[in-house]
Amino acid sequence: MLSFISKRLLVALLVCLTVSALSFGLMFVSGDPAIAIAGSGGRAEDAEAIRVAYGFDRPLVVQYLDWIGSALTGNLGQSIYFNVPVTEIIGNRAGVTLTLGFISFLVALVIAVPLGVAAALRPNGWIDRLALVIAVSGQAIPSFWLGLMAIVVFGVWYGWVPISGADTWQGYILPVIVLSYYAIPELMRITRSGMIDVLATDYVRAAKAKGLPMHLVISRHALRNAVLPLVSLSAVQLGQLLSGSIVIESVFALNGLGRLAWESLLRSDLPVVQAIILILSLLYVVLTTLADILNAVLDPRLRGGS
Amino acid sequence: MSDVNIETVRPSVWRKMRGNTGALIGGTLLAVIILIALLAPLIAPHDPIAQDLTRRLLPPFWHDRSVPEHLLGTDHLGRDYLSRMIYGARVSLGVGLGVILVSGTIGITLGLIAGYFGGWIDLVISFAITTRLSLPIVLVALAAVALGGASLTTLITVLGLLLWDRFAVVTRAAAQSLRHQEFIEGLRAIGASRTRILFLEILPNMRATILVVVSLEVANVILLEAALSFLGLGVRPPTPSWGLMISEGRDNILFDPWLIALPGSALCLLVLAVNLFGDGMRDITGPARK
Repeated sequence: MLSFISKRLLVALLVCLTVSALSFGLMFVSGDPAIAIAGSGGRAEDAEAIRVAYGFDRPLVVQYLDWIGSALTGNLGQSIYFNVPVTEIIGNRAGVTLTLGFISFLVALVIAVPLGVAAALRPNGWIDRLALVIAVSGQAIPSFWLGLMAIVVFGVWYGWVPISGADTWQGYILPVIVLSYYAIPELMRITRSGMIDVLATDYVRAAKAKGLPMHLVISRHALRNAVLPLVSLSAVQLGQLLSGSIVIESVFALNGLGRLAWESLLRSDLPVVQAIILILSLLYVVLTTLADILNAVLDPRLRGGS
Repeated sequence: MSDVNIETVRPSVWRKMRGNTGALIGGTLLAVIILIALLAPLIAPHDPIAQDLTRRLLPPFWHDRSVPEHLLGTDHLGRDYLSRMIYGARVSLGVGLGVILVSGTIGITLGLIAGYFGGWIDLVISFAITTRLSLPIVLVALAAVALGGASLTTLITVLGLLLWDRFAVVTRAAAQSLRHQEFIEGLRAIGASRTRILFLEILPNMRATILVVVSLEVANVILLEAALSFLGLGVRPPTPSWGLMISEGRDNILFDPWLIALPGSALCLLVLAVNLFGDGMRDITGPARK
């Protein structure tokens, strides 16, 4: 168990390092970051001054080590646009994204798991068909478009909810619905297929044969094993919700990390973009690593393998 | 015409497809959209980027103020909406196809090599997959397109370089299971070259699996392109992309919601078609579905 966890943590650490190098390298995709900051029409002297001021004239490795070193101490650099520490701006905006991501994830889970279980209990029954329709439509509808249509119908026509911003909790209603609708299909599919597999096993049939009521068969025996794949997928989905909320935040004018990243990109404020990419990637790595460890705790069979 | 083709390639698949409503509906719908995209210059009533500022924001045919020359109305610059919708199919499908060519080549090659050779090569490639998965894809794509200069070529290259993971994961698993099959062992014994085994023997054997991934990924790419174009960092104006049209229609969302309803519905329809077709193919060609 301990060796599994340490091996998993080592991989996670390596991924973190690679990801940090990648988001650092992003600064150099366009060629010369100094010119990107000065603007393509900027004077050569300005670019040169920026180069020296930001340390772009040093070797890449030194710049990277410097960046990652200060990142470790909680310093992600200065925003070029606001001229305040990146961590400060991100700290102000992270709350909205985290709230939106976690609530949407919980809503998706609360709907997807019972629906998946019910669908698995009676394949081809009406619940199963309903679940299929939800899954198929959920995967085909672009979430930003669903958001806009929801604004038109519920915000403009009926006026039930505010059409933008998150000053009140009502502002979260539509974004949460839209984001969770995006996450439901996969969560439901994996619950359903996991349940169907488990329901066909000998121990579930034995439990049924000894006369255990169905709800106990499900809660005590079947669900525990069916949720194993759900744990890994949950980590992936939560990570995707947090990083995918960029489009939804822009649709609903929510001042979260995604919108911040988008605005920063439009004004070439690269340190902010780098930091957000780094934070979201690290969050994903932490989530999936935790899920793997949790899975190993829940299922002893996984501990032996690599 | 397609009857003949498919019958000769795989008779059993075609027969099973007739029994699979989803695949049939999805396939037909997809074929229609592909035809529309291919024939766009012939069937589009107007030039999709020709502006006519005297006829701005004409409503579609179900409104009283509509005019017969512009069946689906005109946008804020007086461009014919139907023509833009028709040409938009080209952009969606074109980007979908272009990206798949790049990402498929990368992913399939990596997956094949990792699955077949195993050992440290597999470790390295698996690590690359894990790393790729942990990147926030929309954000990285946005940043790369913004920095690389927004153009159709940049968009396709960036998405192609980012979206190879599913191809790699699936081909890797398939190559692992094929590696120890008797016919591959036999080929190795008679001294067939690695390249031949990998690309002429193992690869053709995963056709069906790859086709399913292609459909999943095309749908994925189409949605991503729309989202990036919607955020203003994908397809550049005046090219008619459905995502871009939704973004352009957003300013008039209060009075003319059809401006976003139409291209959005087209997107849904296309993605639905691709998904239904892909799911159907998985049922038909793959092992029993869970």
